[in-house]
Amino acid sequence: MSLGEGPAAASTAAGLSGENILREIRAAGIGFVVSVPDITTSEGLLRPLAKGAGPRLIRVCKEDEGVAICAGLSYTGQRGLLLIQQTGLLDSINAIRGVAVEYSLPVCMMVGLLEKEVGVMPRQSKRYGVRIVEPILDAMGISCHNVEQESDVAKIGPAIDAAYADSKPTVILIGQRPS
Amino acid sequence: MMDRRECLKAIARHVGDGDIVLPVYSTAFDWIDIRPHPLNYLSHGAMGLASSHALGLALGRPDKKVIVLDGDGSLLMNLGTLVTIAEAAPKNLIHFVCENGTYEANGGHPIPGRGRVSFADMARAAGHTSVYEFSDLKGFEQQVGAILTEPGPAFACLKIVSSGEQQRDYSRLHGPHVRKAFRDALGAG
Repeated sequence: MSLGEGPAAASTAAGLSGENILREIRAAGIGFVVSVPDITTSEGLLRPLAKGAGPRLIRVCKEDEGVAICAGLSYTGQRGLLLIQQTGLLDSINAIRGVAVEYSLPVCMMVGLLEKEVGVMPRQSKRYGVRIVEPILDAMGISCHNVEQESDVAKIGPAIDAAYADSKPTVILIGQRPS
Repeated sequence: MMDRRECLKAIARHVGDGDIVLPVYSTAFDWIDIRPHPLNYLSHGAMGLASSHALGLALGRPDKKVIVLDGDGSLLMNLGTLVTIAEAAPKNLIHFVCENGTYEANGGHPIPGRGRVSFADMARAAGHTSVYEFSDLKGFEQQVGAILTEPGPAFACLKIVSSGEQQRDYSRLHGPHVRKAFRDALGAG
């Protein structure tokens, strides 16, 4: 169910712009970013959010809290985005299963891939903790979008819109550190 | 020690028609008999997360009072929520925990630290400033109205006796019709 195997598959070390990702997030109507710090997105995304660049940042202690917070927000007409590392995604599988998948709720997750090699798609990573992520999401029936290079940033808004239109969770995988 | 149903009746007397209530497990089955209402948010998906769902609702609808009726075993599974809620500081969130010292819905086994853990102290240490603890029903009945009207976040531990076996039809909590009714009611007001 990975939707990013096209242009990103040929990705090189071309960088990602954190500013452009944040612009895309805002344009998608995200009002709250719920986060446990992730080293991949720490400087390019979380640091500007912490400085008040918007959307409002909600710091949580553990990622499964964030799954439920985003679920609660979804009933209110507000859009949330859970910004985490894949380690937190893996730790939150049961919450994602029970809250997002079984209840069919638009829980949107942006996940930094710790230790993924730049220019290598996640499934081809030499890192076990990276290459298992997409197969697990496939098994759970969760749509997944790879953001590896700048041209992939435009996928973010449609992925979030589709999650809300279909009332289903979605995961956006960030494959290298945004500037 | 208090009877849970009596505590819930005391809370229900002060819950407004537009308030959102999130009861968990055994408390949920008692609550939906005492206060059947579409703004009961019953589908939490995974144990321990009710207060986190509540935070999302409170942030998204600051015009609504959001009341969590948590359990001690559930709260132990998500202690970080005390810190997260204290930091986010929603004025419209009130968090009750019913402490009976057991995993009542899972065989009545004792929680770790039963009788030694202080949930009120943990809430204070997490940064909550409005913290209460009750083991006497009369005292609780006298104060619950004020707790529910003061600016949140507020936290209150209710020391209750275990209720023993219940008839539990979980479709009453997790069925799609429950979530649809909640969504429709919230959207309507």
